[in-house]
Amino acid sequence: MEDKTDVLIVGAGPVALFAIFELGLLNIKCHLVDNLDKPGGQCSELYPEKPIYDIPARVMITGQELTDELMKQAKPFEPIFHLGQQVEKILKKNEKEWLIETSNGKTIIAKCIVIAAGAGSFVPRKPPIEGIENYENKNVFYSIKDKSIFKNKTVLIAGGGDSALDWTNELSNIADVKLIHRRKEFRAAPDSVNKMLELENKNRVNFILGQLTKIKKGKAKPIEVHFTHDNKINKIEIDYLLPFFGLKMELGPIANWGLNLNQNLIEVDTEKFETSTPSIFSIGDINYYPGKLKLILSGFHEAALMAQACFKYCYPDKKNIFRYTTSSKDLHKKLGIK
Amino acid sequence: MNKIVVKDRLGKNYNLPANPGSTIMEIIRDAGLDIEAACGGCCACATCHIYVDNEWLSKLNPKDEDEESMLDQAFEIKENSRLGCQIEFDEDLNGIIVELAPD
Ligand SMILES: Cc1cc2nc3c(=O)[nH]c(=O)nc-3n(C[C@H](O)[C@H](O)[C@H](O)COP(=O)(O)OP(=O)(O)OC[C@H]3O[C@@H](n4cnc5c(N)ncnc54)[C@H](O)[C@@H]3O)c2cc1C
Ligand code: FES
Repeated sequence: MEDKTDVLIVGAGPVALFAIFELGLLNIKCHLVDNLDKPGGQCSELYPEKPIYDIPARVMITGQELTDELMKQAKPFEPIFHLGQQVEKILKKNEKEWLIETSNGKTIIAKCIVIAAGAGSFVPRKPPIEGIENYENKNVFYSIKDKSIFKNKTVLIAGGGDSALDWTNELSNIADVKLIHRRKEFRAAPDSVNKMLELENKNRVNFILGQLTKIKKGKAKPIEVHFTHDNKINKIEIDYLLPFFGLKMELGPIANWGLNLNQNLIEVDTEKFETSTPSIFSIGDINYYPGKLKLILSGFHEAALMAQACFKYCYPDKKNIFRYTTSSKDLHKKLGIK
Repeated sequence: MNKIVVKDRLGKNYNLPANPGSTIMEIIRDAGLDIEAACGGCCACATCHIYVDNEWLSKLNPKDEDEESMLDQAFEIKENSRLGCQIEFDEDLNGIIVELAPD
């Protein structure tokens, strides 16, 4: 089924979240799509615990706190989130509407599109091993949708973070699990680390010190992987390899949307933050204009001006009256303040 | 003039002017060499991975836990792997030799 809305926002990072608020004040409804399974973009994914010191009037706020506060601020406007999926295509439906397709097959119709895609989509960091792509989605997975396929299989998990440890612990119930990491220390929740070490003691998990170097077709099992430790090469045959080396950002499908780009950034004007295509806007880290600073602060400003311009597309016959949130009864109503 | 020597992924050496206070990553990035440094030096991306010439290794501050953890997300880690953004250049490092790690 198709969803219909005023504005579709590509990305759910901090700038997108504040855009919900600015658009909401002008009665503009939005849907958001993000690859990640949670809102907050870089702030939640890369540095949830780290402090930010240059958000006006917040002497210090962490990445996750900022996300949480922005979510609260956006809540009265009932944004709809489509998480864990990527915006792949944008097509002109008619003179006044766009049709947006996501990687999950979801379609959304919107009057305007706001691209707040940061440095692009978060995608898994893939080990640079020759030929690994030939096994992807067959014997190599970077995320897990259906764990039942691993039942009674030999699974090698690579990495030392939360995903690697959590899946090691979880899959040890149904599979023969081996965990490979370059050192016997982990940057994961202490509970998961302890649990893993306990499972290792009980021989339910096999820990291997080393780094992956090669993958090829196996004899007894579907794949053979090679790994090194102390300059020695070892081999192991397995059914599945699950590399968990965190996420990185990649421009992704945005390059194919016919917009003017400047070194992978979307060119916009500084009055409306509109792209070379009318009714498609771009705000936050992903846009480019002379003097651009990649700061959350700048993204917030861009969101406010963009919203003014979106209003003209969403309500072509109405005049927008400028009001302050402090005193406007109308705005208070929208914010749920009595 | 202080300098650092950087070997790129094709094996070519560059002498780059270096100012105390800049990080090795910044010196390499600002010279236009191919170092991604996606997080801008916050120790949050591991895309400024370099190998430090063994002769120089002992002159550096040791890695802290943050840097070691971040290196877990990089590949082809060696004994002399470091994150360029976590090494601040100072006069003692004049002439330091580093190599860009594979992409
Ligand atoms: C370690 C670190 C520290 C920082 N410290 C500061 C600081 O102190 N002050 C400051 O102002 N800034 C700081 N920044 C920068 C700040 O985080 C960014 O400016 C900010 O996150 C940009 O927000 P954004 O909403 O534009 O994009 P992002 O936060 O990058 O979010 C973009 C989102 O869009 C999604 N996306 C992209 N393409 C698609 C697609 N096709 N389909 C679906 N989803 C898509 C991505 O998955 C991502 O979640 C820091 C950054 C880092 C990494
Ligand atoms: S630049 Fe990101 S970790 Fe160094």
